[in-house]
Amino acid sequence: MAEITRDQVAHLARLAHIRMSEQELDTLSGELGLILDSISQVQEVAGEDVVPTSHPIPLTNVFREDEPRDTLTQEQALDQAPDSEDGQFKVPAILDGE
Amino acid sequence: MSSNDVMDFGQAMEQFDPVLGFEVHVELNTRSKIFSSAPNAFGDEPNTNVTALDLGLPGTLPVVNKEVVEYAIRLGVALNAQVAESCRFARKNYFYPDTPKNFQTSQYDEPIVFDGHLDVELEDGEVFRIEIERAHLEDDAGKLTHQGGSGRIQGASASLVDYNRAGVPLIEIVTRPIVGAGDRAPELARAYVTAIRDIVKAIDISDAKMEQGNVRCDANVSLMPKGSDTFGTRTETKNVNSTRAVQHAVQHEIQRQAALLAAGGTVTQETRHWHEDTRTTTSGRPKSDADDYRYFPEPDLVPVVVDREWVERVRAELPELPAVRRKRLKAEWGFSDEEFRDVVNAGVDGEIAATVEAGATPAAARKWWMGEIARLANAREVEVSALGVEPAHVVQVEELIAAKTINDKIAKQVLGHVADGEGTPKQIVEARSLAVVSDDGALTEAVDAAIADNPDVVEKIKGGKMQAIGALIGPVMKATRGQADAGRVREIVMERLGVG
Repeated sequence: MAEITRDQVAHLARLAHIRMSEQELDTLSGELGLILDSISQVQEVAGEDVVPTSHPIPLTNVFREDEPRDTLTQEQALDQAPDSEDGQFKVPAILDGE
Repeated sequence: MSSNDVMDFGQAMEQFDPVLGFEVHVELNTRSKIFSSAPNAFGDEPNTNVTALDLGLPGTLPVVNKEVVEYAIRLGVALNAQVAESCRFARKNYFYPDTPKNFQTSQYDEPIVFDGHLDVELEDGEVFRIEIERAHLEDDAGKLTHQGGSGRIQGASASLVDYNRAGVPLIEIVTRPIVGAGDRAPELARAYVTAIRDIVKAIDISDAKMEQGNVRCDANVSLMPKGSDTFGTRTETKNVNSTRAVQHAVQHEIQRQAALLAAGGTVTQETRHWHEDTRTTTSGRPKSDADDYRYFPEPDLVPVVVDREWVERVRAELPELPAVRRKRLKAEWGFSDEEFRDVVNAGVDGEIAATVEAGATPAAARKWWMGEIARLANAREVEVSALGVEPAHVVQVEELIAAKTINDKIAKQVLGHVADGEGTPKQIVEARSLAVVSDDGALTEAVDAAIADNPDVVEKIKGGKMQAIGALIGPVMKATRGQADAGRVREIVMERLGVG
């Protein structure tokens, strides 16, 4: 089984600003390892003739013309915001990332 | 010692060789955003130029704006670079309120532009070649305003977010390490950023207004002891927002790092913030695991394939680049090296070109833009381009002088009135009755009045004292409020008195 350590999970949680209990760290390190194992099986199937891809459909150059349209109104944009002020989203100050 | 102490620049240059690197972010001036159809515009009401995608709402999918790819190709060609035959986008993962998707859509291992170079000319004509490592496409973040405290993030209690800028197309231009600039490093920094700004403006992919953040520079600086070729630890000074500030920031970082190293200290690899008021940098955050961006290929976008025909079409249509244009104009105008350099350094080459195009001679255009107009701009503490004097105005002034309607002295006054917004030179000359009086009827009348008022002077002149004519010209000039052609007045006086 692929090894995902507790420290790696804690690190990822910190990067994602997700608070995790000791119990969750233990559980997730096991579960994430299992997911990695499952995905690794795909690599066994793929032979030399299969090139790595980031997209399942062999498409390129799906473009949009440079035409502005379909914007939300300010009211619509802020509709689901937990807090807003002066037409802007209001969020708690985050100190670790400037 | 404090990590903000500085060593004298000359002394620092005796001991160390600076190594520079630049990341310049250029906001592209497409009509819509890079992955959504929201307008790409500056200065609108907050959160009005947004779609669900720009807010990172679930279920939204990006689609690449074709014009953005076209612009990247144009930049690639302008920077003598390779344009990738195939490239893709990648997610740069981080959590911060300015990026509601929780990732920036950027390019990582497959930038659209790579391996270019730019020859940068310093003010005295020395040329440095800057190697361009890559230029990649990405989306801009929203704009945060911190509330409470000092307005900066320290001490803020909450932040307001406007996502109008989120998704504005950016191209980030990254240089290879620049070695060998020596004591010219600060000047070279300024010249490089100026050259990039001028190029993106000339090829019309950006409005290139640094004060609006269209062009933003992060400057990397490190020092090597003289004789060493091992790079030292570098700092990255963020968001230096004018070409002059780039020069000062690089010089300050050199002096600060030199003081640290000479005292036996070490440079911390970190982000530093530039402060224009004190011309110093302060420590931002150290490089840390927060920079673990876990890039991976963007699964919601398909690769971009640029066939060679596309590149060649863009190359064929590329507008004239600033360096080529300058060379051509210098030859066309016949200016000396020094005259031309002064014009370029004063930033009025565009105005002179437009003025020549509108019909003035290069010499006349240079005379006005480098002379009275520059003086007016300086006195009013504005850029020449913001003074309100247009190339067409200069042409009109020249026409008025050529027609002997006004002289040089009055022309200067007229330009001042143009800058005051009083209208075109012709309108001003008309409205303020500034035309030189060359109407012989009006002049003769004034001369006759002067003769009648000054019988003693007339006697002297008739007795052969020709220099006394001046005493009659004076009253005529006064009567015509200085607008008479003095030479013509003299001729009329002599005619009327039958002398000479």
